[in-house]
Amino acid sequence: MAVPSPIDLTSTNVQRSRRLRNHLATSFVYGSVLVAAIPLGFVLFYVAKKGAGVVDLAFLTKDIPIVTRLPGPGMGPAIAGTLLITLAATLMAVPLGILAAVYVTEYGQGSRLAGAIRFLSDVMAGVPSIVMGLFIYTIWVLRFGQSAFAGALALGALMLPIVIRSTESMLRLVPNALREGSAALGASRSRMIMTVVLPAALPGITSGSLLAVARAAGETAPLLFTIGAARAVNPNLFEGSNAALSTQIFVNAQQPFVGAQNRAWGAALTLIVIVLLLTIVARMVSRRFTLR
Amino acid sequence: MTATPTLDLEPAGPPPAGFGLDGKRRRVADGAFRLAALASGLSVLAILLLIAVSTSQKALPALRQEGIGYVTGSRWAPNIDVFGALAFVSGTMIVSAIALALAVPVSFGIALFLSEFAPRRLRHITIYVIDMLAAVPSVVFGLWGLIVLAPWIVKIYDWIADKVDPVPVLNILFGKPVNGRSFFTAGIILALMITPIITSLTREVFDTVPPGQKEAAWALGATRWEMVRGAILPHSRTGMIGAVMLGLGRAMGETIAAALVIGSSARLTLHLFSSGDAMAAVIANQFGESGGLHRSALVAMGVVLFAMTIVVNMVARAIAGKTPSAAPVRGRR
Repeated sequence: MAVPSPIDLTSTNVQRSRRLRNHLATSFVYGSVLVAAIPLGFVLFYVAKKGAGVVDLAFLTKDIPIVTRLPGPGMGPAIAGTLLITLAATLMAVPLGILAAVYVTEYGQGSRLAGAIRFLSDVMAGVPSIVMGLFIYTIWVLRFGQSAFAGALALGALMLPIVIRSTESMLRLVPNALREGSAALGASRSRMIMTVVLPAALPGITSGSLLAVARAAGETAPLLFTIGAARAVNPNLFEGSNAALSTQIFVNAQQPFVGAQNRAWGAALTLIVIVLLLTIVARMVSRRFTLR
Repeated sequence: MTATPTLDLEPAGPPPAGFGLDGKRRRVADGAFRLAALASGLSVLAILLLIAVSTSQKALPALRQEGIGYVTGSRWAPNIDVFGALAFVSGTMIVSAIALALAVPVSFGIALFLSEFAPRRLRHITIYVIDMLAAVPSVVFGLWGLIVLAPWIVKIYDWIADKVDPVPVLNILFGKPVNGRSFFTAGIILALMITPIITSLTREVFDTVPPGQKEAAWALGATRWEMVRGAILPHSRTGMIGAVMLGLGRAMGETIAAALVIGSSARLTLHLFSSGDAMAAVIANQFGESGGLHRSALVAMGVVLFAMTIVVNMVARAIAGKTPSAAPVRGRR
């Protein structure tokens, strides 16, 4: 500390222009955080303010009114639909994605096929969500009609690459010593994966999958042409049109009537709460069991 | 630890008694599991192929009728079966360009803040804010943009239009607005949505800068900004470009928020405050009431959009070298 320096480089002596430039850069950097945080604050504020006046028990449970012009509750079918569709999508995409990631990291290590699968899952992650909707429309809806399942297929296809990528990076964090230990005990490869590798990576896989679920729950575009527009709760996954919060927000926001717009705000608050709960749970899972 | 020898996991002899499965059944189970994993991996390939084939097939009638005119023609008149999507292609590019122009500096700033400038506590709060920004569904941004932002920001557009009226080029770009729903409003909303992506990817890149280089800059007496310019930015340039390209890919494909605030009018213009339309938004807004060739033309729009985003994403990956999201490799390899 006390070594005398031939040139004094303490900050007071740094030339004025350099200091000025440093200050400018610092304020730019702090400013950009504000620029991002302020609109977010406004969005959350308006959703909370306008939504809170609308959301009550009747709003959460009643059917969607047929006359959009009138004010009054009902988003029950959309809440049920969002939960049903997202659950079905999760049940399809998460196991498939985890298995695919297992192939890439545990079996394919460095092979050309595994590289190709990784590359393609990147490509798939870049497919616009509306294109996923068109895709399911052309291969499923045209034949079997609109249903919650069609929506789930579209959301599942969106989730799949996210699950693959996050699971893959978690599997890579599992120390090789665990694999070697398991092999030394004579376990077969599938047994090693099921009893050692996957449990070790489970928290990370869970949180990554939950983030994918949260993302899917908020998606609108893939559902527009796949689930139709039901006004009553439809618990049947495979038949009949269904409803979702996101599509209801989209439709109601475009109405010139205050009643409809208020329902959109209420649906937005409900949807944000669902998505944030999923996100927070995911963060808690990953924080509590961070693999080191 | 650099090269891990591949393990021969086949057991030499029969498994010890009490292990559960005898040798043969065990091998069958093992093979079945491997096959299931392989099939899951291949499902990605299958889905992508299905996307390409099924949508192209449905798009064919419209593309066959219009030929190259589909992307070069600027007249979109579904009632007389004329489909030129140029206005929408240009709209997508304009909105994406606005979104990038707004989001890129901010994202780089936040990424720098998180990796170099932030005190510990502010850092955690900022990460939280970015996570929230990423978590808000796009339709909620659209709702806010449509009902709150657009009616308010039109006054600012008016003011800017008045100010730049005498300036030659600017008065074409920033003319009188009709209402708040415009290319620019859509660009603002999309900028909000791509900021978290660009920020987190850029931050990953910044975090790979060798500490020695930063320390060397400090040791030379650099200010913090000089350290950033001298050590961090040169090392991160390609990664930053890759992050921007991935943000661009996302902006081009983003549908719902744009569909709500862009104003939905098919016009070929550079007037940023006027209402317009973009490819994804057109599909979302017109598909429900379309039929026949119109529907085919909208699927074709999806195909073109798909192709555009694939090109952008591939260029991004190629520039970034390897895929950024898989970068943190600690335990293995």
